[in-house]
Amino acid sequence: MGSPDSDEALLARLRAGDESAFLVLVTRYNGSLLRVARTFVPNDAVAEEVVQDTWIGVVRGVDRFEGRSSFKTWLFRILVNRARTSGVREHRHDTYDPTGPAVSPERFDATGAWAEPVAPWESDVDDRLVAATWGPALRAALDGLPERQRDVVLLRDVEGLSGEDVCEVLGISEGNQRVLLHRGRSRLRAALESELAARGR
Amino acid sequence: MRTLRRDDLVCRQVVELVSDYLEGALSRRDRKRFERHLAACPNCTAYLEQMRVTIAATGRLTPEDLTAEARDEFTQLFRTWTTGEGGGHDDGPGGDTAGGGGAA
Repeated sequence: MGSPDSDEALLARLRAGDESAFLVLVTRYNGSLLRVARTFVPNDAVAEEVVQDTWIGVVRGVDRFEGRSSFKTWLFRILVNRARTSGVREHRHDTYDPTGPAVSPERFDATGAWAEPVAPWESDVDDRLVAATWGPALRAALDGLPERQRDVVLLRDVEGLSGEDVCEVLGISEGNQRVLLHRGRSRLRAALESELAARGR
Repeated sequence: MRTLRRDDLVCRQVVELVSDYLEGALSRRDRKRFERHLAACPNCTAYLEQMRVTIAATGRLTPEDLTAEARDEFTQLFRTWTTGEGGGHDDGPGGDTAGGGGAA
């Protein structure tokens, strides 16, 4: 069953009613659940209710979890279902988020080539410093994404679910998932670019 | 200057294919066109790197830690859930088998 603190091992203990295993799982995932829940509901209080509801679902439903998906995917699926049935946000599958190109058209010349050189970011990368300095700007940009783009980016890039799992959790097609992901990522990149420009590098 | 082939991509098209490229969702032919463009275009190479940096930075946004109060609250709740109300009442989620959480 792998490492003793793997999700699977903890679930096995939870099935047997082990409180400490439950608390390890809550410590591991509660922050992630809250973060995702907040994109579906208007305030922290409702998000906390939905997340608590999700944990009840886990405790009561753990016998039915067969390990066909990862625990994390199952957990997010419960959360999203609870958040949607809480009815706070209308999900309209037939409408798309506002579209737009990944990069503003005036950045290209008449032939479709870049009008100005693109600055390499490699030198700014890699360290934790980046997370510390860019974190606030990135968080703000993420919060500002159209909601369906935000859902996909949160699950795929922030929580690290596979594309397939994101589709399963949100109940969307692979193609739709990739379109939303692309738009969301492109906007985040543009936000970081503006942030860099604002600081004058 | 190399001459433009008929099926060559221009930069404006390349930026729209970046996510599909990174997700491995391009057809073999489109992937080749994409990579052929990159090999000759430092700007799009830099752009692709910017997208990679963006994705990596997004992945490093950490959630809030569980507070001690929340932990105590969950301890109490767990005891209520597992001992309190009737065990037969089934309002739990479905399992993780197909169809449990919204179809394709």
